[in-house]
Amino acid sequence: MKKVMTGHKAVAEAMRQIEPDVVAVYPITPQSEIAEYYAQYVADGIVRTELVPVESEHSAMSACVGAAAAGARVITATASQGLALMVEILYIAASMRLPIVMALANRALSGPINIHCDHSDAYLARDSGAVQIFAESAQEAYDYMLMAQRIAEHKNVRLPVIVNLDGFTLTHSSQVVETLSDEVVKGFVGDYEPFYPLLDVDNPTVWGPFAMPDYYFELKRAQQAGMEAVPEVFLGVQGEYSKLSGRNYKGFFEAYKLDDAERVIVVMGSTAGTAKVVVNELREKGERVGLLKVWLWRPFPRKEIADALAGKKAVAIMDRAISFGNMGALYLDITSAFAGREGPVFVNYIYGLGGRDVPAEHIVQVFEGLKDAEPGELRYIGLRE
Amino acid sequence: MKEIRWHGRGGQGAKTVSQILAQITLREGKHVQAFPEYGPERSGAPVRAYNRISDEEILVHSGVYHPDIVVVIDETLLESENPTKGLKPDGILIVNSSLSEAEIREKMGFQGKIVVLDATKIAREAGTGFPNVPMLGAVVAVLGTDPKIAEGELKETLSHRLSPEVVEKNLKAFRAGYEAAKGVYVGG
Repeated sequence: MKKVMTGHKAVAEAMRQIEPDVVAVYPITPQSEIAEYYAQYVADGIVRTELVPVESEHSAMSACVGAAAAGARVITATASQGLALMVEILYIAASMRLPIVMALANRALSGPINIHCDHSDAYLARDSGAVQIFAESAQEAYDYMLMAQRIAEHKNVRLPVIVNLDGFTLTHSSQVVETLSDEVVKGFVGDYEPFYPLLDVDNPTVWGPFAMPDYYFELKRAQQAGMEAVPEVFLGVQGEYSKLSGRNYKGFFEAYKLDDAERVIVVMGSTAGTAKVVVNELREKGERVGLLKVWLWRPFPRKEIADALAGKKAVAIMDRAISFGNMGALYLDITSAFAGREGPVFVNYIYGLGGRDVPAEHIVQVFEGLKDAEPGELRYIGLRE
Repeated sequence: MKEIRWHGRGGQGAKTVSQILAQITLREGKHVQAFPEYGPERSGAPVRAYNRISDEEILVHSGVYHPDIVVVIDETLLESENPTKGLKPDGILIVNSSLSEAEIREKMGFQGKIVVLDATKIAREAGTGFPNVPMLGAVVAVLGTDPKIAEGELKETLSHRLSPEVVEKNLKAFRAGYEAAKGVYVGG
């Protein structure tokens, strides 16, 4: 059914349909309306979830870890500083292989204090061991929240999954979202079968033990194996979901008019939508431009993205977060995937920090800028200098 | 695609009516967006809200810079907010004011279409006190949207949070706003 809803509402709807056992959230700023909607569902008796309002995001993630280890299906949501405070425990959740799903309303990290969109929060959690997916629209946020559940809980993966959606641009903007019926969603996510739940007191297990130099390294390598299992699971879940929803999710990224493109933009999140409009306009003028929109950022689909970009003339990689003292993280991901291989001219564009708007004209400028790009340039778009 | 910019003050319900307009136009089978501009949120401060309405899927996710329609819910914003900024020369300016169209035109120096209605008076007479709903009626008229569809959606949305009596007053305000604008330009 098609409805007008904000990205926040779309995520809350997905959560209502999944109806996890536990939702642990810090109920105050920088929390999102996601928690507010969900608390209402719980209060109204629409869902049977145990809502755990805690005193900080550090505690929120800690409660998620405890509940997930106990054997519960767990979802949480946060944004910017909230994620920063969660990160310490997010590493632990990943190392304990706990399939916690998180909606992350992408907002800038302080300072200066700012409540608007950029990807610095997601970038902070880049190496945490959580799977990270980026949504272009409220529709994609809804869809990926459902798919995330299956990816996180797959026996070969068992890792936290973060679904990123741009703060304000998607979270507070009302758009048309087509939801599935509750029955279809329930059937798709299925019943959760926990691994070695702590509450299985007849079969006691140890969680989160000490690991000294004799084992720590092997455990981390095993965690990497969980990440390595993601791509196959991701594609499988996408395929199943596409059939169910009638929407086309195929691959780690969306290739938009990419095949014969000479100049290409690579971007994550809502800016991809604006970039599509520009690609269409420039194509009408005969310019061979295209877009690669990254859905799956961690684990990073190095080979597939490199294959898709090989043979292009020039590629602008757009990072909505700054990596002080180096190029943007997405730029490094992609250029390193070309190590030992002939590649296009790559330029890094830092854009949209702290909610700086990204109108179509900026995207046009990026495509224009690719005509005379020097390899390895770091540029800023939308910045007053 | 039509782009609309609403100017109001915090508490006047600019965001709410932009949201309802999105629901109305979805009912008509259109693709829609509605989003507010977030700054420091406080009662009485100037706020802006936006709509995009299109027959095609809306992919763009940026702000609105060159609206087709500007709606001014609070007359005092005519001076402080420069509401015609970016408005397309052939666009439409809809203002809540007791002044005449000629007076608004002179004040704003805008050459496009101008629709003036005294939404504050309409709201007062309807017993609601909120000028946003009659202004929504005016926008529905200007867009050429079926008023029955609009009224149905408005009624349903308001019924979630207001008593039947208050809903009826709002519908009255909506109709009066619609009629006031319908006489001027129907269908934009």
